[in-house]
Amino acid sequence: MKTLKKISIIFLLMSMIMAAGGCGPSSKLTLNVYNWGDYIDESVLADFEKKTNIKVNYDTFTTNEDMYIKLKSGGSSYDLLIPSDYMIKRMIDEGMLAKLNFENIPNYKYIGSQFKNLEYDPDNEYSVPYMWGTVGILYNKKMVSERPDSWRILWDQKYAKQILMLDSHRDSIGITLKMLGYSLNTKNLAELEQAKEALIRQKPLVLAYVVDEVKDKMIVEEAALALVWSGDAVYCMRENENLDYVIPKEGSNYWFDAMVIPKGAPNKEAAEKFINFMCEPEIAYRNADYIGYSSPHTEAVKNLPAEIRNNRTAYPPAEDLKNCEVFIDLGSALKDYDRIWTEIKAQ
Amino acid sequence: MKKTWAAYPYLFWIIIFTIIPLGLLIFFSITVQTASGIVFSLDNFRRFLEPVYLKVLMRSLSLAALSTVLCLLLGYPAAQFLAAHDLKHRNTMVLLMVLPMWINFLLRTYAWLPLLERKGLINYILGRLGLPSLNLLYNDFAVMLGMVYNFLPFMVLPIYSVLSKIDRSLIEAAEDLGADPALVFRKVVFPLSLPGVFSGITMVFMPAVTTFVISRLLGGGQFTLIGNLIEQQFLTVGDWNFGSAISMVMMAVILISMGFASKYETEQEGGGLW
Repeated sequence: MKTLKKISIIFLLMSMIMAAGGCGPSSKLTLNVYNWGDYIDESVLADFEKKTNIKVNYDTFTTNEDMYIKLKSGGSSYDLLIPSDYMIKRMIDEGMLAKLNFENIPNYKYIGSQFKNLEYDPDNEYSVPYMWGTVGILYNKKMVSERPDSWRILWDQKYAKQILMLDSHRDSIGITLKMLGYSLNTKNLAELEQAKEALIRQKPLVLAYVVDEVKDKMIVEEAALALVWSGDAVYCMRENENLDYVIPKEGSNYWFDAMVIPKGAPNKEAAEKFINFMCEPEIAYRNADYIGYSSPHTEAVKNLPAEIRNNRTAYPPAEDLKNCEVFIDLGSALKDYDRIWTEIKAQ
Repeated sequence: MKKTWAAYPYLFWIIIFTIIPLGLLIFFSITVQTASGIVFSLDNFRRFLEPVYLKVLMRSLSLAALSTVLCLLLGYPAAQFLAAHDLKHRNTMVLLMVLPMWINFLLRTYAWLPLLERKGLINYILGRLGLPSLNLLYNDFAVMLGMVYNFLPFMVLPIYSVLSKIDRSLIEAAEDLGADPALVFRKVVFPLSLPGVFSGITMVFMPAVTTFVISRLLGGGQFTLIGNLIEQQFLTVGDWNFGSAISMVMMAVILISMGFASKYETEQEGGGLW
């Protein structure tokens, strides 16, 4: 009996993982929204509820992959999601998203034209851009003498054990590919092997592979250099003025998060109302001002204070984005990235 | 032994949360998803035999073994110390031992971060004393420390519970026959305490070999342990088939170590925690 109990406790934990596709309560007037953590001004949700009399049930995820797997495993009933470009493409390809009825979203006209007809949704049928940003190096000016201009600084012996990398395979492998002069969407195995070798060579210099902890670590100056998303950089730079952000000359990842509706969403029309509401100039401005990420909304950006609008981190000039690429869904090649990342981490 | 309806909820629980998930896990582990649907195959296990994954398994096993040995070396004297005291003190000491376990495991592990950081408490004190600062976090040392810290009570308690039940007269008899303390320990106390030792070894080894939180937080994701590999397959990559196969391998490891321990464990001697 004792053995049985021991086994049952082990399996209970495993079954909790299996059962992770939870189910949110849904009634007629509840809109289930699924967004990244810490990625909205929650007061706009209250305004939406007041205006439309629709209750918002707000839920968050940590990575695109978490979100995807939760949806794929079934049992959830979200009406609105805010994933990133390559994940949207993957979901469109797998028939997981519903086409939007743009008659219900007149405020779509405020979205900047450079954010339309992007590769992940070429005919603008499924998504409305929410925020965008880049991946770059956040560095401490006191600890790093020269302004970094190349990814190679993350391979510099001088900064051994002062470098933080992202524990996210698309990002960390992606910037290595850029450093080597390849596309960050490559499916070429020889190029990927080179990136793997480089990352294995870099490993002894890396202090840690982190995701959310990067903000705390950089603010208290535990490390000199970190690979970060631009929004996290804006946040850190507000907290510690010794920090600065740069997009290396080899180019980087340029990403978009957009609002989409999963197929079979119980309240599609309410979700479209929500999208339209989020694109109202006043609301979009408040939201962008609050979270610090870069808005694709023309009116919102116009209203932002000049110091934010001209902030090179949040709104980089075109020259910084010259060599940047958007992630593309890799399809079956994702397995190669996973294998490589496992091999790097397993060293 | 009473068999009543009161046992049915537990039975129901076991079926829903143990039998069915286990069945699913086995099913996933021996199938692969292909374009034409689900196909039975042992590819997942074959993949696990690649050197890179075997290396992860070996690392997990050796880290877990090492932390078990450390727990034993630290825990046995502690258990002896607890068992030797008079009853009133003893209960307080045991309480002190168990008390930290009432705090959430994750929280206790997080609490090491501000202590070990480069600008953390330990390095601050070292700096004040004029000593050079140390790299304490994000290495093998930190992971080992986290494991020993978290799992030590699981070693101490079973050994203590066996030691405290040893018949004093056996020890006295050995002493009367002229055995010195070392010989008493070697010939009497230690053999009698073996059930507790084996129980403690299993109790430490099992969570240590499956942990992914400690290696992630205190190791800074520097290396993948088998638990991290499983987590990655389920949550990031979504390859449940491969993840299930690794879980099955893990289960085999656990069952083997449990079988090993239960050989020495009997109900009356009460070495177990559960």
